[in-house]
Amino acid sequence: MPDTRPEDASNALSPSKAARLVGNTGPQPVRPAAVPARPDPRRLAAVSDDVGVLVDAGLESAEDESLLEFVRRRLTGDYAVDDFGFDPELTDRVLLAALRPLYRSWFRVEVTGLENVPSDAAALVVANHSGVIAIDAMMTQVALHDEHPAHRHLRMLGANLVFSTPFLGEAARKAGHTLACHPDAERLLGAGEVVGVWPEGFKGVGKPFSQRYKLQRFGRGGFVAAALRTGAPIVPTAIVGAEEIYPMVGNAKTVARILGLPYFPITPLFPWLGPLGMVPLPSKWLIHFGEPIPTDGFPEGAADDPMVVFNLTDQVREQIQHSLYRLLVKRPSAFG
Amino acid sequence: MTRTVLVTGVSRYLGGQMASRLAADPDVDAVIGVDVVAPPEPIEGIEFVRADIRNPIIAKVMGEASVDTVVHMGVIATQKQAGGRSTMKEINVIGTMQLLAACQRTPSVRSLVVKSTASVYGCGPKDPARFTEDMEPWHAPSSGWAKDSVEVEAYVRGFGRRRPDVTVTTLRFANVVGPRVQTSLTAYFRLPVVPTVLGYDPRLTFVHEEDLLGAVHHAVGRPRQGTFNVSGDGVLTLSQALRRARKAWVAVPSPLFGPVGRTLSPAGLADFSSEAVRYLTYGRGLDTSAMRAVLGYEPQFTSAEAFDGLRHAGRPAGVVDA
Repeated sequence: MPDTRPEDASNALSPSKAARLVGNTGPQPVRPAAVPARPDPRRLAAVSDDVGVLVDAGLESAEDESLLEFVRRRLTGDYAVDDFGFDPELTDRVLLAALRPLYRSWFRVEVTGLENVPSDAAALVVANHSGVIAIDAMMTQVALHDEHPAHRHLRMLGANLVFSTPFLGEAARKAGHTLACHPDAERLLGAGEVVGVWPEGFKGVGKPFSQRYKLQRFGRGGFVAAALRTGAPIVPTAIVGAEEIYPMVGNAKTVARILGLPYFPITPLFPWLGPLGMVPLPSKWLIHFGEPIPTDGFPEGAADDPMVVFNLTDQVREQIQHSLYRLLVKRPSAFG
Repeated sequence: MTRTVLVTGVSRYLGGQMASRLAADPDVDAVIGVDVVAPPEPIEGIEFVRADIRNPIIAKVMGEASVDTVVHMGVIATQKQAGGRSTMKEINVIGTMQLLAACQRTPSVRSLVVKSTASVYGCGPKDPARFTEDMEPWHAPSSGWAKDSVEVEAYVRGFGRRRPDVTVTTLRFANVVGPRVQTSLTAYFRLPVVPTVLGYDPRLTFVHEEDLLGAVHHAVGRPRQGTFNVSGDGVLTLSQALRRARKAWVAVPSPLFGPVGRTLSPAGLADFSSEAVRYLTYGRGLDTSAMRAVLGYEPQFTSAEAFDGLRHAGRPAGVVDA
């Protein structure tokens, strides 16, 4: 079980978190002054299951109370879930907490260009996809939540394989993600959310190591149409580091077919070392949120004009590819 | 204008409640209740006609009383109550066809309100988060009540085309819950130990029984052409609902879910058909903007409030209804 040792100020209680602590304590006496806007003290949190039972050691009483309160709310179902099944409290306190050690200590993620993601408006984050399983997407979610001044939640659009898989689909919905389809994309953007798409899909995550940092085809450009319909800016985002976590040297197609998966990865360590081979290599990660591409200046009906959609898709792809090259030059070495 | 309303399915809980509610409405002059069997206790202020809507008697009743509004609440949700799947299908589908044939022959009919269900959207992993009324189902229902409702809606649309002068309002309700109503889903939540599908946590939406009756009543008073989702705001996940209801539950791998469920519910009141299993695996969300903007109905209860009404309720002895 992961230990979380949040160390820097970026993990300070977000405004929403503080508001919840103050405003939602039910019948118990509210402790104002002590709770809000204070960096999280060090704590040892063991995540036992989705109920989020946290076992704490040596905490100040205010923190203790809010934790008890949190456990009470989880056990009595007294929390809000949005129409997509997004459970912000569980995401903040359990799901993201489980990813943070990977984010901070293992991949040592460095983020730039956060100013390109709006604080209070919709945006469509479009990024390259790699690394066999979608760890890159999860790290981008941690980056936007922990490092962005407005602590934005990234609402990703996933393949339907995700939502038909037990546990994975459940966790994805609770973390705020939904199926990649027009109605959901437009609903989220219309509500002012930051939406994440990985248009390369399985072609990106499942590509051989020799193809690293070469962007694959960008689907059918559905994401561009959704952005055009809602006028949300597109933020082309480049992620460097995910390619090296599982260098895929082969693809066992027969096994994949039997398991109903789009590919079955063979890496220098997997499946030879079994579960040990599933430990990602500790590559050095850089994430850059690029200059936003506005989509609100187009005439009515541009979303249904394939030429406009293809051109914009191409522009986004080019921009991501260029920032990938720039980041790769900046990075001293793959594991540096 | 004198108003005469005909309500089908009055011998079951919601139909009966609807009939007495309309009878109490000063804008409605007469209410005729129709069902195959007499209601458990007489409903005050209505004229009950014991008629099987599966045979043409219904047309005569409608013509004589010059009915202007027909409220169709006669679609049965549970096989157990109808006395077998084939009877259920006959009452639901053939019954609706006969009722619509009677409506078509009765020139006085001005509006038709049909209680349908959101289960016509089916459910599955490819569903959008919320269904709007114009979306085609990705995973169309293949059996039971949901399939009957799809067919009922198709016949209702056909009737609408043949009688363009009649305002047809189809209401697709989320799962109805409340202190008194009994459905296969309320029976599910009343099991001593509630089975859930391992690895899935479906999103559920609920409509309170008062809101169901309120929406139908609203549509009788202010008919609007079209199909509308009717649901309380917000969703509950199944695990959240079970926690709110303080219920014990057991997660079962999906292949075993049906058999385990049927074992836990020996009376067979809770439904573990393939359609119900899909619902308890993937759940469903509804967009209700048309309900507010076009139909003009504002529900009193959110999904969570409606569901909490179930927790406070005792165990009523009434018949299963939906």
